[in-house]
Amino acid sequence: MHEESVITFDDVAARFGHVTAINGLDLDVRRGEFVSLVGPSGCGKSTVLKLASGLIEPSSGTIDCDTDKIGYVFQDATLMPWRRVRDNVELLAELDGMDRGERRRRSDEVLGMVRLTEFADHFPLALSGGMAMRASLARSLLLEPDLFLFDEPFGALDQISRARLNEELLTLFRAKSFASIFVTHSVDEAAFLATRVLVMCARPGRVIAEFDVPFDYPRDPQIRYEADFSELAGEIAETLALAS
Amino acid sequence: MTVARETGVPETQEIFEEEFGNTGTWRSGTMVRLRNAVPPLTVFLVFIGLWYFLTYVVLDPDRRWLLPPPHDVVAEGFFVWDTLLEILEGLWLSTQVALMGLGIAWVFGTAMALAMSQAKWIERSLYPWAVASQTVPILALVPMIGFWFGFGVTARVIVCIIISLFPIVINTLTGLLSADRGLHALLTLHGASRWTRATKLQIPAALPHIFTGLRTAAGLSVIGAIVGDFFFGRGNPGLGLLLDKYASRLQSEALLSTVFVACLLGIVVFWGFGVLGRRVVGDWDPYWAKEQT
Repeated sequence: MHEESVITFDDVAARFGHVTAINGLDLDVRRGEFVSLVGPSGCGKSTVLKLASGLIEPSSGTIDCDTDKIGYVFQDATLMPWRRVRDNVELLAELDGMDRGERRRRSDEVLGMVRLTEFADHFPLALSGGMAMRASLARSLLLEPDLFLFDEPFGALDQISRARLNEELLTLFRAKSFASIFVTHSVDEAAFLATRVLVMCARPGRVIAEFDVPFDYPRDPQIRYEADFSELAGEIAETLALAS
Repeated sequence: MTVARETGVPETQEIFEEEFGNTGTWRSGTMVRLRNAVPPLTVFLVFIGLWYFLTYVVLDPDRRWLLPPPHDVVAEGFFVWDTLLEILEGLWLSTQVALMGLGIAWVFGTAMALAMSQAKWIERSLYPWAVASQTVPILALVPMIGFWFGFGVTARVIVCIIISLFPIVINTLTGLLSADRGLHALLTLHGASRWTRATKLQIPAALPHIFTGLRTAAGLSVIGAIVGDFFFGRGNPGLGLLLDKYASRLQSEALLSTVFVACLLGIVVFWGFGVLGRRVVGDWDPYWAKEQT
């Protein structure tokens, strides 16, 4: 394990009954690194996140993680509909036993960061899909995670909300410099966000290719339409097509 | 059609609202209430009209006792002191029986659903029997219930319990299991105990379903109380026994008044639980927020 590593997978396998979801997976994510994970459906991308979070144990191999401050965001916003937005954002801190005053101070801060201050006292019923997702991000941000896991968080949103959330996520990433593993189906999204894109293949799931993304942050959304970016995205897409 | 026009509600409005939400033109207090109240009231008036038509036009005068006119029903059922008192006492007893049955079914049903939600093997063991409790024709069980529990109030309450248990168990269980899997994972990752998960996630998530179940069960319990009455005649008469009595004495005015009161009881119970559900979860649950009770 490298000194700067936040989490390291060494020859990890995950088996459920007869199914080998993941085999021989090596992965190393360092501080300040944003790693995107793309791959065909059923290649075990989500399983990688479950392993990283400790939700499931590897069948063999080792996972070294040097933090327990892990943020986890799913495809659905998974807010509690009966709690107002602020109470949702404070939920995890509440479970961790953070005192009320500190919770309140931090929820004010993160609600501001995701531009939901004026919706703090609304129920999730009143939020749009993009707003609900921002509340979900805020809930994890509040605990200032060292490692942030994203399981296709913007997959259910429309293109415009999605592009905008990508930008906002990068702003947060630069402000808080957490390490990230971001699972997505979209090559475009993967490359736009990440410092490194990993391509996985299925049955059993493993990493078959790795691409460094050489563009500096902050990234202009228009970068997606530039030649260098398109070329890189094209290469990734090609590898992905071979993997499927 | 004409009714919609009169209250100023073009139908395209609803199509617009699907896409753009509240268009703010007419969906304000009074208009909404008017829009919701006018159609059912019209149906009611048509119904009363049809009733008069049947009584005075279709029936010969010597057969008019088969369907006395509405004003006679009201006069004899609600303005003759002895009959009114009898019906009100029946109503009181049936209400008690129905609510007692519902209460006990709620305690049992919730306990069953809680147990089933905690362990898959309990769910597998009990679920088929919960379904079976619904498929058993209640009338087939009635003689045995009388045999074991006598022909008084206890037996009637038991009928109510059996008939209203199923919707409570199934809805509560569905609700408890409807809790979001992602949230479940997050709670687990943050060290939540089974108890914390139940109180912070599963039970609140179940509330909207619990009220749906309670409302259905309450309606069924009223039916149970009246059906039970027919068979268990000992003790004070509830609404069911009164129906039986008036029918056998050909007191059609009192009979129809009792039918009316029985319907009213069912409606009030359904409406009451609707209001309760809306009060408790209507602020945040999409289904209950739309309920117009």
